[in-house]
Amino acid sequence: MYKIAAMGDRDSIYGFASLGVSIFPVDDTTEAIKTLRRISESGYAVIYITENLASQISSELDRYNDEPLPAIIPIPGISGNTGVGMKQVSRFVERAVGSDIVK
Amino acid sequence: MAVMNVNPTRMELTNLKRKLITARRGHKLLKDKRDELMRRFLDLVRENKELRREVEKGISEANQHMAVARSVMSDSALDVALMMPTQEMGLEVEEKNVMSVMLPVFDAKLKTADENDIYSYGFAFTSTDLDDAVKSLSDIMPLMLRLAEVEKSCQLMSAEIEKTRRRVNALEHVMIPKYEETIKYITMKLDENERSSTTRLMKVKSMMLEDARQKALAHDREVAGSN
Repeated sequence: MYKIAAMGDRDSIYGFASLGVSIFPVDDTTEAIKTLRRISESGYAVIYITENLASQISSELDRYNDEPLPAIIPIPGISGNTGVGMKQVSRFVERAVGSDIVK
Repeated sequence: MAVMNVNPTRMELTNLKRKLITARRGHKLLKDKRDELMRRFLDLVRENKELRREVEKGISEANQHMAVARSVMSDSALDVALMMPTQEMGLEVEEKNVMSVMLPVFDAKLKTADENDIYSYGFAFTSTDLDDAVKSLSDIMPLMLRLAEVEKSCQLMSAEIEKTRRRVNALEHVMIPKYEETIKYITMKLDENERSSTTRLMKVKSMMLEDARQKALAHDREVAGSN
């Protein structure tokens, strides 16, 4: 049985706790990377991460690109939608097709 | 395109022809695989974008409720309310094989039987905005799980498509032309050898004939002299 995690600044992810998602509030990037490495190896299949944090540690996230698990999904935080998640989807299309053809 | 460094022999030619047939068949299969992957990938990406729009809208809605709740309740009261969740969400993960790419399929399992059992606090000391926030998050959760599934699938598929595309291109533009060139080179070399041996034989034959004629002439002269 796998679990679901949420990472990011505390205010953005606090609400998920009541749904049974494990929350990991982190503030700085080194702590975030450490936490990410720890939880990706301890049975979490899905890790939601706030877009702000995701853009700060994007090189670390790339390590999980070709692994089947965990799925690391950027979500908008409390400070609003930065478009990082949408951009990532466009990047997939670019990688596969060569240019972003899906609008 | 460079010709491979091989001996122009008949055996080499047969081997190369066999390799060319295999390369052509592999190229066709990989091209089919790429096309099918691409078709599914584009469907998935469209779904992914759609889901992402919905999820982002839902989360920002929930965040608004949360912000209001935070402003009307004290931090410590909020902490206490959300500290001990009653619900625990687990995931069953299965794998689906699409064109030899393993895609995850998530199936959420809740600890308590009632899926509406999401409020981990008494209603006496909390604001209704917190209820709204939790409710809107819980409404968006199935979509978020589907998003995770689709987005991971897109990620894995894009990697596979890239790999397949490279293979197809390598076969189409490097391997197959190289084999074709080499086969042509060996065929021409063999034909050339055959022609040269034919001319050599013709030359030898004419020399032998000339020799025999001279000998016959000399013999005739000898016979005529002795008479």
